Amino acid sequence: MTLIATDIFVSLGRQQILSGVSFRAEPGQLTAIVGPNGSGKTTLMRALTGEITPRGSITLNGRDISSLTPEALARRRGVLQQATALSFPFTVAEVVRIGLEARDEQAGALVPAALAAVDLAGFAGRLYQQLSGGEQQRVQLARVLAQVWQPVDPKGPRWLMLDEPVSSLDIAHQLTVMRLAADYARRGGGVVAVMHDLNLTALLADRVVLMGKGQVLSQGTPAEVFTDAGLSRAYGCQLQVNTVPRDGIWILPQTAGLSA
Amino acid sequence: MVALCPDMPRLDGDRRHLARRLGLLLAATLVLVSVISLGWGASGTSLPRALADLLAGRELAVQDRVVLMDIRVPRLLMGMLVGASLAVSGALLQGLFRNPLADPGIVGVSSGASLGAILAIVWGGMLPVGLAGAFGWYQVPLAAFAGSWITTTLLYRVATRQGRTSVATMLLAGIALGAIFSALAGLMILRANDSQLRDLTFWGLGSLAGANWPKLAAAAPVMILALASAPLLARGLNALALGEAAAGHMGIRVQRVKSRAILTVAAATGAAVAVSGGIGFVGIVVPHLLRLASGPDHRWLLVNSALLGAIMLLLADMVSRTLIAPAELPIGIVTAMIGGPFFLWILLRNRGVLDL
Repeated sequence: MTLIATDIFVSLGRQQILSGVSFRAEPGQLTAIVGPNGSGKTTLMRALTGEITPRGSITLNGRDISSLTPEALARRRGVLQQATALSFPFTVAEVVRIGLEARDEQAGALVPAALAAVDLAGFAGRLYQQLSGGEQQRVQLARVLAQVWQPVDPKGPRWLMLDEPVSSLDIAHQLTVMRLAADYARRGGGVVAVMHDLNLTALLADRVVLMGKGQVLSQGTPAEVFTDAGLSRAYGCQLQVNTVPRDGIWILPQTAGLSA
Repeated sequence: MVALCPDMPRLDGDRRHLARRLGLLLAATLVLVSVISLGWGASGTSLPRALADLLAGRELAVQDRVVLMDIRVPRLLMGMLVGASLAVSGALLQGLFRNPLADPGIVGVSSGASLGAILAIVWGGMLPVGLAGAFGWYQVPLAAFAGSWITTTLLYRVATRQGRTSVATMLLAGIALGAIFSALAGLMILRANDSQLRDLTFWGLGSLAGANWPKLAAAAPVMILALASAPLLARGLNALALGEAAAGHMGIRVQRVKSRAILTVAAATGAAVAVSGGIGFVGIVVPHLLRLASGPDHRWLLVNSALLGAIMLLLADMVSRTLIAPAELPIGIVTAMIGGPFFLWILLRNRGVLDL
């Protein structure tokens, strides 16, 4: 009942985006994918969600994802993309409902519950296009959440696949969203999130996959992956990992050599 | 739970009840407008007298029978179907291209249908007798369907790259395709004989004047089929509003939705253009008004577009029959007079998204 990618390759034209990536995420855990810009995080995410078909194999709960119909995949996992445009003036409630009704599911009380979960209760009647970027991102998360509302169903765990879920959020809502993701995992679902904020990742992720140049550099718990040498090499700058008594580890950029 | 407690406040942002009520209102209005339209006209036919005769089981007066059954009823049905088809085509194209400025007339789909129809009219006479006989009245609608299908497919290929449609490219490609088709149509018209020429001119401006039962029998089934199947695409188009990738993630078979939408537009526009020529702007005005009134949810937008499109075309037809009576103004002129300024207004409202 896991999400496993084995030795996958993706190339765009002549450029190799992913070369030989193997990846594993377990239900009940929040797995974060981190790495510098252009390291292939989003491409890996697109492969894991079935949006692109790479060379190699990807299985979800034991089934090859290329053998699953779009409907079956949509029942098993919800996908939050980095950016989602909306072309007509739908209300917030209508946007959340689209995800359910695409598969003939009755929205019922799910819409308000999903909106409350992302701290948007009271926004249902607003026009989506008039919201701020961060609010729009949370509406999209509510839509994805409503699509796979129960973390586990009789056929097994469900998955939340989140590409930079907190990139345009304020610090309070970053925590709201990451706690929501962590809670989804606690309740038995699987969560895979592409992250940029290493400290937030260290705080809430169960497992981390560090990528660089289209390959997996290391994977394990945050404490295992986040080392001075490993991070500094991956990101190409001096980073120092500190131990903080209560919350574990904290990563600081080193300013030595830079002018004050 | 909500259904059990009718007093419970409806969830904010849910506009389905509005759309439903609007649909009922439009259906009632369509009935009313249809009756008025039947009684509307220059001849001395009296609709009340004819109805009284019908209800009493009496033979209709000869004049009533001719005017009503041979002229006004087929014209009424044709007007309704053409209006509904053009409006639904507009709504489908807008959903497919993900922007509110697509319209069969503006992006060249109607020109493609016209070219097909003109080819059929001018060359139709040259077909071997047997073949021409086999297609008969279907020749022109079929050719128009082929023309609009090819145009829509081409347009989609040109304007969309990796699932993203550029509004500017779509509009400009529409202009280019329209220009090519008009040029080819012009070439064909030069080869037409006098009687074909008269047909073509009137038809090119858009008119319901030629409505008769055989034409209706050929085009109506296509339009009815397209109109009836359009709502099946509603959920797919709703999801597509969030982008192709997002729609796919939600379980929509995106390619299938797109190719069916193109086919439906081609059938509806092709059949409508074949029988009524270049009636423009219905497809852009109707869905836009409905989105303002009850939101963009395609499940209601498509149904209500059919109703409002039918109403608008019947009203425009009444104007075209009376404005310069006893002569008749081609209905395409009436819709363009109203639709042109309306299109400009939408452009002004959407200047931000256009980014030309």
